[in-house]
Amino acid sequence: MLQLRPWKVALVVFALLFGVVFTLPNLLPRSVTDSLPGWVPAARLNLGLDLQGGSYLLLEVDTVQLKQEKLNNLTEDVRRVLGQQQIAFTGLAASPTAVTVRVTDASRMDAAFKELVKLSAPTASGGRDLLVTQLPNQTLSLAPPPQADAAAVNQAVEQSIEIIRKRIDQLGTREPSITRSGTTRIVIEAPGESDPEKLKAVIGKTAKLTFQMVDDSVTAEEAAAGRVPPGSTLLPSDEAYDRNGVVVKRRVDVSGDMLTDARPSFDQNGRPSLNFRFNGLGTRRFAQVTQDNVNKRFAIVLDDRVLSAPTIINPILGGSGEITGNFTQESANELANMLRSGALPAKLNVQEQRTVGAELGADSIRAGETSLAIGAAAIFAFIILSYGLFGVFAAIALIVNGFLIVGLMSLTQATLTLPGIAGLILTLAVAVDANVLTYERMREEARAGRSPLLAADAGFRRAWVTIFDANVTTLIAAVIMFLAGTGTVKGFAWTLGFGVLTSVFTAVVVTQVLIGWWFRTFKPKTLPIL
Amino acid sequence: MLRWPLIRLLPAKTNLHFVGVARLMGFLSVVAVIGSLALCFTQGLTLGIDFKGGTVVDVATPGRPVDAAAVRSALNAMHLGDVEVQTFGTAGAVEIKFQTPSGADPAQTVTAVTQRLRTVLAPAPVQFSNTSVVGPKVSGELFRSGIVALGVAIFLMLLFIWFRYQLQFGLGAVAALFHDVILTFGVFAIFKLEFTLTSIAAILTIIGYSMNDTVVVFDRLRENLRKFRKMPLRDVIELSINETLSRTIITGLTALLALFGLAIFGGDALRTFAIALIFGISIGTYSSIYVASPIILLWGVKSGDDDEPGLVGSAAQAAMAQKAAALKASRGQNG
Repeated sequence: MLQLRPWKVALVVFALLFGVVFTLPNLLPRSVTDSLPGWVPAARLNLGLDLQGGSYLLLEVDTVQLKQEKLNNLTEDVRRVLGQQQIAFTGLAASPTAVTVRVTDASRMDAAFKELVKLSAPTASGGRDLLVTQLPNQTLSLAPPPQADAAAVNQAVEQSIEIIRKRIDQLGTREPSITRSGTTRIVIEAPGESDPEKLKAVIGKTAKLTFQMVDDSVTAEEAAAGRVPPGSTLLPSDEAYDRNGVVVKRRVDVSGDMLTDARPSFDQNGRPSLNFRFNGLGTRRFAQVTQDNVNKRFAIVLDDRVLSAPTIINPILGGSGEITGNFTQESANELANMLRSGALPAKLNVQEQRTVGAELGADSIRAGETSLAIGAAAIFAFIILSYGLFGVFAAIALIVNGFLIVGLMSLTQATLTLPGIAGLILTLAVAVDANVLTYERMREEARAGRSPLLAADAGFRRAWVTIFDANVTTLIAAVIMFLAGTGTVKGFAWTLGFGVLTSVFTAVVVTQVLIGWWFRTFKPKTLPIL
Repeated sequence: MLRWPLIRLLPAKTNLHFVGVARLMGFLSVVAVIGSLALCFTQGLTLGIDFKGGTVVDVATPGRPVDAAAVRSALNAMHLGDVEVQTFGTAGAVEIKFQTPSGADPAQTVTAVTQRLRTVLAPAPVQFSNTSVVGPKVSGELFRSGIVALGVAIFLMLLFIWFRYQLQFGLGAVAALFHDVILTFGVFAIFKLEFTLTSIAAILTIIGYSMNDTVVVFDRLRENLRKFRKMPLRDVIELSINETLSRTIITGLTALLALFGLAIFGGDALRTFAIALIFGISIGTYSSIYVASPIILLWGVKSGDDDEPGLVGSAAQAAMAQKAAALKASRGQNG
């Protein structure tokens, strides 16, 4: 094993070059790496949020609310369809899983069934997205099958990711990463000095904007006492004028998805307000509604709160208008941003939030560097004092190992976290183990009377089996951490895993080449470790 | 030529009677394991918010210490339930910990808290260097997946050892692993160290290290079992531990040196991690000597029907040789 085979020497030289070339960008100032030509590797270590500072948010789509809203819309559809066909009904209600309605006239049951089935649409998998069933007592039930629910959740998550991306882009935050996690979750990672509260404000509102007519058949006080007319609802209001809320018709005349633009501005009294413009469909609908309802009030509703409920003085035909309300300049700006990006299909709940300030990150890097330097110095001193010249060889192998790990991490852009730095230190300590195993074996073989060269050779050969077995166990631990861990733990798993692979290489192959070279050059009579 | 007296922690050849004291050590180990379990179940682990859910906010007002009394009274006025306010570090920063009141949205609560603190501590500029919020759903999942990860790790180690050695070896190794993991939990309980996601990483590392240590002894044991077929199992184990002792101590000390550096200079975030590893690696080194190997002996004595206890290793080999001979003979007859 100690013959200096050319391929082995070439491999060591190549590994060393590889490590140095890919580690170097981390040691040069940014101005230098930026001015290098494109073919020179310039990727630095990809620091985790705990080291460079930043925010991590784990969001979950509110599936219960999503389903509830779907059923509420369905309820209004049923009301509209049966109304159009002049079929009398009672007890129209949405439960958490289905909408039920009782047809008053038994002879109209078949007609009602036929009309309601039309509400369902065929799905890609061959079924229908709505099951209409006849229950006893002239009752019909409409329920989406479970597959339709799953598809709706899936679509909601995809849509939410798109919309969040648009909203965050408008904040000008530096390269946020928005990824899906599992079936109902979204992870946002925004590095740098970004303010998590701003991020949360941007995703905290679904921003569902609707224009609905005010129901003036009852007052808010009467509605609060329980007399809400069917097809209407009592909503809270932001305006002091409507402090008891506003009764609005459930029917949505124009909605936020028909907007083409929204900009913050100021109304004639100098208060912050919002200018908007509708698309073609929105313009026509809005014109129709305002023509039919002159001198009545319509409500501008955002996420089930009335922003304002102005009276229609003239029909609005141009498709643009102004929303006034209880805005600050900032909230008007925020709302304009959200309206431009579109409404989220469902509410998003923050399940986990982690924010690290950039200063704390810098402190952590400093602490990591200090302990790395001190740890390495202690290991070098100990190994050289224990094994003399061979200890120096082990130390050289360790340095190559360090370059290889940092080079590999920079090349693959695996994330380096604070526990990852700890992993690096630990890896260096454990990497020595392969050298220790080899050297201890050499001592035994030499004691058993073998010549230095044979003892060294046997040391490497016999220790290899043990080195292999022993490192597989650490690799298993690293793989499990990588699969099961999140964030910082994953970072630890990366360095530990890379470290096991590179340290076996350096402690075995690099040390072999060094010792082989030493034997060839000095033709020693004894091993320096005895 | 470089030449200086090398430090030697041990004489070139040791002949310590590990197996002789294994009975006493085994007793101590069992007591320690039971004690750790009892402590974990009665007093419980100090779970961090990763596993308990809740909020941690670190607040600093650069240039002056944070007015902790003002922070405390402001938070008490918000009715957040049990709020902990602790000063930490040298610059007078404070760490606030609280559980989100049931029914409240954790993310909105922390927003309200940071806004409140900005006004209370004004005009000083307020920095929130570290904010963590973990909802109850996520914390439960993290805890479960952490425990599953530990279970899977131990199981895979058993499989690996079983595959590379005999089953008895695997049982010895796994007994040592459980010993190490339970005692490390005990360390967390005794010192009231905060148990977080990083602690799970620490325990997985300890599992990896402890197995590494055990495998080195087992490798030598396997080699010696082949080399000294006539030697009683007990002596083979003793010899193998002695032969690998120098390596065990040097590697363990190197790891501990690096970890002490980490514990002292690595800052608050890594201290618990380093301390857990220091204890874990010490326990792992102890267990590969006093737990993993003696258990093989214990197992051998119990299952052996040989009248000479401890000869199981060679007895099994002798039995196998007999079988092979019989097989050869029968083949010879047939052919």
